[in-house]
Amino acid sequence: MEQQREAAWLGMWVFLVTEIMFFGGMFTAYIAYRAAYPNAFAEGSHHLNIVLGGINTAVLIGSSLTMALAVYGSQVGHRKMLIGFLMFTILLGLVFLVIKGFEYHHKYEEHLIPGHSFSFSGPRPQNAQLFFSLYFAMTGMHALHMIIGIGILTVLVVQATRGRFTPEYHSPIELTGLYWHFVDIIWIFLFPLLYLIDRYTR
Amino acid sequence: MSTPTGPAVPVETREHYLNVNYGVKSWLLTTDHKRIALLYLASITLFFFVGGFFAVLIRLELLTPPGDLFQAETYNKLFTMHGVMMIFFFLIPSIPAVLGNFLVPMMIGARDLAFPRINLLSWYIYILGGLFTLGAVVMGGVDTGWTFYTPYSSTYSNSNVIAAGIGIFITGFSSILTGLNFIVTIHKMRAPGLTWFRLPLFIWAHYATSLIMILGTPVVAITLVLLVLERGFHIGIFDPALGGDPVLFQHLFWFYSHPAVYIMILPGMGVISELISCFSRKYVFGYHFVAFSSLAIAAISFLVWGHHMFVSSQSVYAGMIFSILSFLVAIPSAIKVFNWTATLYKGSISYHAPMLYAFGFIGLFTIGGLTGMFLAALGLDVHVHDTYFVVAHFHYIMVGGAVMAYLGGIHFWWPKITGRLYPEGWARFSALVVFIGFHLTFFPQFILGYLGMPRRYHAYPEEFQVLNVMSTAGASILGVGYLIPMIYLVWSLRYGAVAGSNPWGATGLEWQTPSPPPTENFKETPIVTEEPYHYSIREIKVV
Repeated sequence: MEQQREAAWLGMWVFLVTEIMFFGGMFTAYIAYRAAYPNAFAEGSHHLNIVLGGINTAVLIGSSLTMALAVYGSQVGHRKMLIGFLMFTILLGLVFLVIKGFEYHHKYEEHLIPGHSFSFSGPRPQNAQLFFSLYFAMTGMHALHMIIGIGILTVLVVQATRGRFTPEYHSPIELTGLYWHFVDIIWIFLFPLLYLIDRYTR
Repeated sequence: MSTPTGPAVPVETREHYLNVNYGVKSWLLTTDHKRIALLYLASITLFFFVGGFFAVLIRLELLTPPGDLFQAETYNKLFTMHGVMMIFFFLIPSIPAVLGNFLVPMMIGARDLAFPRINLLSWYIYILGGLFTLGAVVMGGVDTGWTFYTPYSSTYSNSNVIAAGIGIFITGFSSILTGLNFIVTIHKMRAPGLTWFRLPLFIWAHYATSLIMILGTPVVAITLVLLVLERGFHIGIFDPALGGDPVLFQHLFWFYSHPAVYIMILPGMGVISELISCFSRKYVFGYHFVAFSSLAIAAISFLVWGHHMFVSSQSVYAGMIFSILSFLVAIPSAIKVFNWTATLYKGSISYHAPMLYAFGFIGLFTIGGLTGMFLAALGLDVHVHDTYFVVAHFHYIMVGGAVMAYLGGIHFWWPKITGRLYPEGWARFSALVVFIGFHLTFFPQFILGYLGMPRRYHAYPEEFQVLNVMSTAGASILGVGYLIPMIYLVWSLRYGAVAGSNPWGATGLEWQTPSPPPTENFKETPIVTEEPYHYSIREIKVV
């Protein structure tokens, strides 16, 4: 039993390493292109909604808190606390996705979705399109991870209501917590890299 | 009921992993690592023959100088699909997913891998990815080369890049999950007393391989996602019209795909260490060096990708650094080769078929590795870049190295896997046929490349014909060399002599349990009290 717990922990950490490498490919592309086209990236960044992005950052950090409290609830065997905070975490995750959806919709209305209909009023529209390609690829991949996380959390809620978890056995809660915090951290990097380029000058 | 043709051995009725239950469902839903290994064995053999079929067509086209058998476009698809099938669906899963799956838990005295259900999942993911890619082949194929270079793959090619890309993306996760499973298993499931330096070198090699799998594969996964997004939805990451850089794709691609070469060869090196030690009845010379050289190869593998891009607009300084780093790979590789040969020294050598494959491996890998030094040298590479010299070099590593080790390993552990011995005479004969056929196929290609014949063309000038005919003739011999083991191994399932638990008198935990092993591998958890390769005290028994 103890061996299984340790194996699951190590497995999760190894998995998170692969996730870092997965996002790392996109961060590499970001670094290369931002170094090549700093002005276009700053222009593109100013077309992102910093208020919605900021709210979302707060929402995600809050969801990491509720996730940590859910883990605590499972450790002390407080089932109501566990279920309540799991559901709270799901709620915050959904809030994040809804706000993200609004942002995507605004970009669609402003013709900032890369492709044939892309139009950009600032200088060097092609390079700005690169910025938006990366913006959608990175935030889209992040949102996909959020959706997967919400799916796992939903399964955990169902299992928790059936009394599956005890202070002795709650690895799935802890491991999902690790995953959730990881997805959160990805956003902590994405937000400044995408939204906050050269904001101090204007 | 079969009647053994060998000495009158009573037919075993003991329960083991093969006869514990029957039916398609008991295989498709199994979580037994040994059965999953056999599922992989069957599926990678299928993909080997699909890839081999394309190789046959390539060699037939190159029999004559003019491009008379296929259109240039068709030929592009042939070499692409040969590469895709052989690399992603045969070589990368070959030794880890078959022999590794079967042996990693047994060698460390465990009941199964750490995550048996994830292990089964990874086989299904592999099959799903394979079906996608086969679908791409059936719908008309891909013509980008297995490297999928942009902007041709993202913009200009009219073939099924998206389906093939998705297939490879999916299969990547099978590789990631296998690597993850091995790492956790080796860390957490070792039998009592089995310290890190008592592990067989096969395990060390698989540990290093797994590191590459989990660190490299996600990068090629995201690269293929970006490629598919660009091709499918016109979000331009690599599009030069937007200021994007096609060379960035090459960087990301080779960041995985160069280490992927070591995914293919490292497990083979693990197999060879076992074979050399067993058939020369000696402790592996320099055990610690061989173990750490696996990790060193894994680490250096991530620092050398730029040597694929010496002529892709990379700066000269970057080229020089990548050149020097690439030379470094030779050090751990040479450590292995020298230690294997030192193991042979004053050993009590016997020439069983697996040992013949091991000898073949050492010779071919050495040639492949040394010509790798030619290619790592910046100046010389500009001359032979994208010629048959490169083709010959990587076939010496991948076919001469990885496939020889795979065949040697299959023969060596066949008695353990099936409980039957293969026919030794035929096996030695086919090992020889493979060795000769291989050299005849690929050695002329070194000369062709050096004389300037570029790769990936379906027509060539008259003066190259003699060497090309030699190569095609060799390929026919090589094909026969692969078919013979297919036949006698299947034959041996029914008619082979019954193998005892340890026909080679080998050390290692996997030989201390009956053949075929019971589902739980060991009746009771083994306790390890001695170093690996304790051969001096044992004598080889049968065969």
